[in-house]
Amino acid sequence: MISVENVTFHYPDGPDVLQDTNLEIRDGEFVAIMGENGAGKTTLVKMFNGLLKPDKGTITVDGIDTRKKSVAQLSRDVGLIFQNPDNQLFAETVAQELAFSLRNFGFAEDVIERRVTSIINTLDLERYEKSSPFVLSGGERKRVALAAILVWDPKHVIMDEPTIGQDYLQKDRLRNFIMQLVSQGKTIVIVTHDVEFVAECKPRVVLLSHGKVIGDGSATTILTNSALVEQASLVLPQISTLMKNLADLGAPSDIIDAYSAKDFVVARMREKVESRARSLKS
Amino acid sequence: MLGFFVSALMFTNIFALLVVFVMQVPIVLVAKTVKRWLQSMRGVLIYGGFIFIMNMIFGTQFVQAIAFSIRFLAVVSAFSLFFMTTSADDLGLALEQIHAPYSIAFTFTTAVRLVPTMAIDAQTVVDAQRSRGLELDKGNFMKRIRNYVPILIPLIISAIRRSVELAEALEARAFGATEKRTSIVTLKMRLSDYVVIIATLIGLGFAVYVYLHVPLPNPVIPIQLPRISWPSLHTSRIDQT
Amino acid sequence: MAAISARNLSFKYAGAESPSMENVSISIEKGEFVILTGPSGCGKTTLCRCLNGLIPNFYSGELTGDLEVDGVNVSGKTTAELASHVGFVFQNPENQLFSLSVERDVGFGLENMGVPREEAIERIQWAMRATGIFNLREKAPYELSGGQQQRAAIAGILAMRPSILVLDEPTSFLDPKSAEEIIAVIAKLSHDIRLTTLLVEHRLDIVSRYANRVIVMDRGKVELNGTPSEVYNDRARLIGVGLPRVTMLFHLLRTAGFDVANPINVEQASDDLRRLLTK
Repeated sequence: MISVENVTFHYPDGPDVLQDTNLEIRDGEFVAIMGENGAGKTTLVKMFNGLLKPDKGTITVDGIDTRKKSVAQLSRDVGLIFQNPDNQLFAETVAQELAFSLRNFGFAEDVIERRVTSIINTLDLERYEKSSPFVLSGGERKRVALAAILVWDPKHVIMDEPTIGQDYLQKDRLRNFIMQLVSQGKTIVIVTHDVEFVAECKPRVVLLSHGKVIGDGSATTILTNSALVEQASLVLPQISTLMKNLADLGAPSDIIDAYSAKDFVVARMREKVESRARSLKS
Repeated sequence: MLGFFVSALMFTNIFALLVVFVMQVPIVLVAKTVKRWLQSMRGVLIYGGFIFIMNMIFGTQFVQAIAFSIRFLAVVSAFSLFFMTTSADDLGLALEQIHAPYSIAFTFTTAVRLVPTMAIDAQTVVDAQRSRGLELDKGNFMKRIRNYVPILIPLIISAIRRSVELAEALEARAFGATEKRTSIVTLKMRLSDYVVIIATLIGLGFAVYVYLHVPLPNPVIPIQLPRISWPSLHTSRIDQT
Repeated sequence: MAAISARNLSFKYAGAESPSMENVSISIEKGEFVILTGPSGCGKTTLCRCLNGLIPNFYSGELTGDLEVDGVNVSGKTTAELASHVGFVFQNPENQLFSLSVERDVGFGLENMGVPREEAIERIQWAMRATGIFNLREKAPYELSGGQQQRAAIAGILAMRPSILVLDEPTSFLDPKSAEEIIAVIAKLSHDIRLTTLLVEHRLDIVSRYANRVIVMDRGKVELNGTPSEVYNDRARLIGVGLPRVTMLFHLLRTAGFDVANPINVEQASDDLRRLLTK
C-alpha cells in the first residue's frame, strides 16, 4: 500500500508544489492521477520511489517511511516509468538495456537471462533483441522503456504520461496491456491528462489542482463532474458531454465511454419498440 | 569588470590584491546579486585553498601564498559578477553591434540559454536511472566512473536531438536568409554606462600608477617550507656538494 | 490556383530501406483548413517537411514528383526562401523559442529576413495580439506554460506572413484545455486572414469541428481525402485512425443495425442521437 499523509513539498526556491496532500493507494488498485500541467502529479509520484522526499508529512510504501530507504531499495517494489524513453536508453542492444536494472539489483546472471527473454516475449520485442535501442521508432522505444521497468517485476508500477505521442492503435495496445497487469494483481498508477483513455479503462481517478487533491473517486463519478474537470484544466469525455446534452431524454449521467453509451441506446430503442408493440396490441 | 581583471593580474602584493577584491563588494551590493555571488564564491573557495596549498608545498612564502589565492578569487569574482549582471541576450546584442559575425553571437546566446534546459535534462536522466537501481554514490573509483555512462549517453543523445529540433526551427524562421539582418532592439549607451567606463579607466590608471611607483609593504611571515628540489636534471650540481 | 499542389510526390530518406512517402497527390485550396492524420510512421511528417523545403535540404534522400506551394515550385528552393510562403510550427514548444523575451522571439524570423525595423515592429504587435499573448511580451519563454509557448511560436511564424501554415502535432505536449484553446486560436486565424492551414493531429475529437477536409495517410500513401464526415468511416477505423468518440458510438450503433448519420463532433452527435431516440 502506498500512503501519502499530510505531504507538503516545494522545489528549492519555489512555491509549494504539493500542499497538505493526502492519498491512499491500496495494493492491486488501478489509479489515474490527473490534473493540469504543473499540478504536482509528477512530483507526487516521484515521492513514491524516494526520488523526492516530502518537506512535511510522510510517504509510506508497504509500511515503511520512504525516508528510511534509498531510491534503489524502494525501486525494487515501485517501478517508475518516465515519460520520455530517451532519458534512459543508453545500452548497445535492447537486451543489455533490459538487463541493466537487473544487474543493479544484483540478480544472478541466469535469472537475468530468463527474465529478459520473458519480458521481450511479453512485449513483442523479439525482433529487436539485438538491435540498438536508438534505431527504433518512437513507439518502439517507449515499449523498450516499459519493458526495462517491468523486467524486474515490481509490485507497484507507475507510468508518467504513457499516452503522449502515441497514436490510437498504440494506445489501444497499451490499454490492453495495462488491464493485463491489473489482472495480475499489480498496483498500477498512471499519471495522465488523457481523458478519453481514462474513460475507457475506468480506473479510480484522483484529481490534482495546484498541489491539492480536489477529487477522488471512480472514473464515472469524477469525469462527469463538470466543475471539477474544469478546475483541473481537463475536458469532459465526449460521450459524457453527449449524455448531458440528452439528460432531458433520460440519458444516464454516469456513462463516459462509447460502448456503454451504445448499450444504453440499444436498450432504450428496444424499450420503445416493445412499448409501441404493447400499445398497438391494446 | 575588465578593470578588476587587469588589476588583479597585475599585482602580486597582498594588500593591493585585497583592495582589488574588496572593491568589488560595493558593486555586488548595487547589482543586488549578493546571494548568488556568495554562492559562487563558496564554490570557488576550494580552488582558492588548493592554490594556497600548492604554493606552500612548492616553497612560496606564507603571505604570498595567501595573496595568490586572493588574486584567484578576485578574478573569478569579477567574471562571476559580469555574467550575473549581464543578460545573455544583451551580450549577444553587444557582440552583434561590434559587428562580430552573427553566427558567433547567436551560438553564444543559445549556448547560455540552453544551460538551464540541459541542467533539467541531466536531473531527469539521473532520476530515471536511479529509478532503475543505479546507485551513483556506491562502489570503488572505477565503478563510479562507469556508473556515469548511463547518465552521459542519454544526455548526449538528447542534446543532439534537441540540436536537430532547434536547427529545424531555425530554418523555419529563415535563419541565414540574408546577410543583412535587421536589429529590432538596439543597445543604447546610457549615462550610467558612461559613468562605469570612466570609473574603470580612472581605477585602472590609479592601479598602474601604484604598480609602477608605489612601493607596497610586503609583510613576510616566516612560515615557509624548504624548497623541494626535484630529482635533479643537473647531476653536476649534486656532484659539487 | 491551389495553395498546395502535389503530384506523385515520393520520398525515401537516405539510408532507408523503403520510401516513407509514395505517390502522394493532393490539392489544397487557399484558405482551407485541412487535417492530416494517420498512424505513426504513415508519412505525414515527411509530407510536411517537403512543403517548406526541410526535405530535401535538411533531410537528404530521393525526392521525386512535383510540388508547388503558393504558386512556387519548391524544387531548388531553400527553407529560408520558402519561409515567407510556408510557416512551420513544430511539436515541442521548448525547442522553437530562441530569445529571452517573447517579444524579441516573435521578431526573430523578421530579423533573419531583413525586414525593415518599422514594419517588423508593426508585424510583431499584430502577431502577438492575434495569438492573444500581447500581455506576455516581456516574459521569458521558460516562464510560460506549454500552451503559451506554443502561441508564442505561432506568433513568431505568423509575423513572417506566410500564406500557408503547417503545424505538426502542436498539441502533443499540452493538456486538453490548452489544446482546445490553441486549436481555436489557429482556426480563428485561419478563417480571419484566409490562411491555408495544414494541421497534423491525432486528437481528432478536438480538431474535427474546424476542418474543411481530412486527409488520412497510411504507410506512405494517401488513403482517404474528403470532408470529416466522409472520411470517418470503417476504412479509417481499420487503418487505425483515432476517430472522435461520438463518431465511434454511431459506428457501433450502425453495426447494431440502426440507420444513423455520421456525426463528427458532440453537437452533431447530440442532434443525431436526439433524432434517433425521439423518432
